[in-house]
Amino acid sequence: MSAVKIENISKSFDTVLALAQVSFDVLKGELFGLIGPDGAGKTTMFKILTTLLMPDQGKAYVEGFHTVKDYKKIRRIIGYMPGKFSLYQDLTVEENLNFFATIFNTSIKENYHLIADIYGQLEPFKKRRAGNLSGGMKQKLALSCALIHEPKVLFLDEPTTGVDAVSRAEFWEMLGRLKAKGITIVVSTPYMDEASLCERIALIQTGKILSIDTPEHITNAYHKPLYAVRSDDFFRLMKELRGQHFAERVEPFGEYLHLTTKDQITEHEIHQYIQSQGHSTIELSAIEATIEDVFLDLMQAN
Amino acid sequence: MTTIKAIEANLLTKRFGSFTAVDAITFDVQQGEIFGFLGANGAGKTTAIKMLIGLSRPTDGQAKVAGFDVYRQTEQIKNHIGYMSQRFSLYEDLTVKQNIRFYGGIYGLSRREIKTKTEEIVSNLELRDYSNKVVGALPLGWKQRLAFAVAGVHDPKIIFLDEPTGGVDPATRRQFWEMIYAAANQGVTIFVTTHYMDEAEYCDRISIMVDGKIEALDSPRNLKIQFEAKSMDDVFIKLARA
Repeated sequence: MSAVKIENISKSFDTVLALAQVSFDVLKGELFGLIGPDGAGKTTMFKILTTLLMPDQGKAYVEGFHTVKDYKKIRRIIGYMPGKFSLYQDLTVEENLNFFATIFNTSIKENYHLIADIYGQLEPFKKRRAGNLSGGMKQKLALSCALIHEPKVLFLDEPTTGVDAVSRAEFWEMLGRLKAKGITIVVSTPYMDEASLCERIALIQTGKILSIDTPEHITNAYHKPLYAVRSDDFFRLMKELRGQHFAERVEPFGEYLHLTTKDQITEHEIHQYIQSQGHSTIELSAIEATIEDVFLDLMQAN
Repeated sequence: MTTIKAIEANLLTKRFGSFTAVDAITFDVQQGEIFGFLGANGAGKTTAIKMLIGLSRPTDGQAKVAGFDVYRQTEQIKNHIGYMSQRFSLYEDLTVKQNIRFYGGIYGLSRREIKTKTEEIVSNLELRDYSNKVVGALPLGWKQRLAFAVAGVHDPKIIFLDEPTGGVDPATRRQFWEMIYAAANQGVTIFVTTHYMDEAEYCDRISIMVDGKIEALDSPRNLKIQFEAKSMDDVFIKLARA
């Protein structure tokens, strides 16, 4: 059975279509990623699944319960970490956690094993008000509060946005350990590089699912010729390549340009062209696509 | 050809009581360079930037920004730099044109200059049909590009970007970075802080701050070699966790 089942969900706000006939399943015990930019519809999806918003059309189930009819049952078995920090800023770390434990008829002690390695790092600050915590610590507290009643499914809406790279890496390690405890995790992120840390992902853009699969399958399905290229005059190279008939897309990827070609051009011919434009220290090599290459390609196709 | 560096910092230090937030940092930024200023939350980046833009007086050390001294010439510094941040930049309830006029006015541009600038920005960003719309109604990616253009309304020599592009899609993000490249290509120096390591890789050089000190400074490529790391993320984590 699926932990989450979504069938043809649509939702509009005034004239804006936030979700357009979205369907997908999340398996029990899976670490599932919803990958897409601001405004893609990720938060709307989370609000529907956590019973905070009703869809205009379609049905959704969490652990077999209907998100509208059985909303009270769902609320008992899920943990939700909203994108916006939603704990009580003027309560201390410990008071917040106690509050969430109490409303779910449990105690910090009873479920401490679940949060030990997360809350452990916060305990030295347990008398500090939540509003005075750093970004990384707020995120750990919010996760602890979402976990304290031992949920079956955990919904995390952009938990790593605005958090530094070290805290992000630690956060994903924690998710791996929670998954090992059998908790189903649905997590959203605008960071394409985090997609590879999920078992399966849905790429989402303006309310539509562009693709759903394992990160490997999604990147392997990119069949266009793709090159990483650079020279000592990066900006000029980008503009020149864009003007060429053989270039389908030319995009900066860190210190390289990613060049997707058409019209059957060889690597040697590309190199010759770049050289003929007077570039030096040219590097050119065929590469495998990343999730971000696929996303850009799908965005253009849609 | 001018020899003035965009930024020169020499043993720049800021202490709050017994706490040293910025600990004798030394670095230069060349004109037209895209310089990434990285560090974990709490590493001292914000304090360092505040000293560079004339909002906080250093405890010790020297620095010059656009040739002006950070102790004595803070007003000149403010006139010669632009600043954009994700958190605050434009007034959401003013229109595109009003925002440009407001910032133009703040920087002392004449009516005519403001008019020319408005034309230039609206046409470069293809915002003509939206110039009388309130900024709050624009998509995030457009706002970011407009904010960058507005930060440059007074033709500053240096633009400080404080975490400029959170949340937008990869295509929009690239459009933003292409504006940055274009500006740098025209000789504007870009000083950018970010948590996104892919943005860090767009920079010519990067410094990484850990506990108030600059622990690494080089091109992304050389840093990866130096730290035997696959990506900038790895470099950052190796340094910040050490």
